[in-house]
Amino acid sequence: MLLGPALGLSAILFTIGVAGVLLRRNAIVLFMCVELMLNAVNLAFVALAQVYGVGAYLIAFFVMTVAAAEAAVGLAIILAVFRHNQSIDLQNINLLHG
Amino acid sequence: MTEVVFYIFGGIAVLSAAMCVLQRTAVGALIWLVQVMLSLGVVFVTLQGQFIGLIQILVYAGAIMVLFLFIIMLLNLGRVGTDIRGPAGVAAMLVLAGLIAAELGGLMAYSPARIGREVRASAGVVEAGAAFAGGRAAQEATAARGVVGGVAPPLFDTYLVPFEITSLLLLAAIVGTVVLAKRKV
Repeated sequence: MLLGPALGLSAILFTIGVAGVLLRRNAIVLFMCVELMLNAVNLAFVALAQVYGVGAYLIAFFVMTVAAAEAAVGLAIILAVFRHNQSIDLQNINLLHG
Repeated sequence: MTEVVFYIFGGIAVLSAAMCVLQRTAVGALIWLVQVMLSLGVVFVTLQGQFIGLIQILVYAGAIMVLFLFIIMLLNLGRVGTDIRGPAGVAAMLVLAGLIAAELGGLMAYSPARIGREVRASAGVVEAGAAFAGGRAAQEATAARGVVGGVAPPLFDTYLVPFEITSLLLLAAIVGTVVLAKRKV
């Protein structure tokens, strides 16, 4: 059974996602890296479903639903921010910087 | 055979994820991310999750990625310089990502027997005795009721309330998206 390797793959993908969030300043690419992290967690759930049973698939379904809702609302926020200051570079979004 | 497919597509997923993070343009990053989603769909199939692998390709590689592509085209950013952070940002990334990798790396040592032992040792988490008996729960459910039929009973029985709450979440997301994207409310 491919439990250990699948959990390891999930850990690698999650780490790449974290690295992307820390490395990039483009808000859309940042969102893509968040989706990458959500997918890594889904992979962990599917790997554990081999042991625990199909209930783990359903958690992965709910994660996908939340990801879809989050992508829709987040991209609408990015659109509103772009309309406001013509840029989605996070360096230019510093209204709350103090 | 299954293991070979798993390692090939797992490797493709990791390489594509790295390319996605390092790609300069948003569209390039998105195409690499679609590659990650597709290979993860294949990986799910090798892990006995045929149905969720299909849903992954339909929902993620299909719907959500197209939504991202629409927004990128709508914003029409053109050719801007690189948005990768400077040396300080790279150093912070290396430290934090290294810490997370070190912490998560321990997951690779897990086997079904070890998970069963640890869950039984921690009292009252889940119905441990039933769940971790043979370590092949998903395979048995699929063999008994089929790929889709195995998922249906827990979804409409045990997880019925979360399933209904999901519809509320999607409704809230639709309303929120319309309100945010409108020019004047």
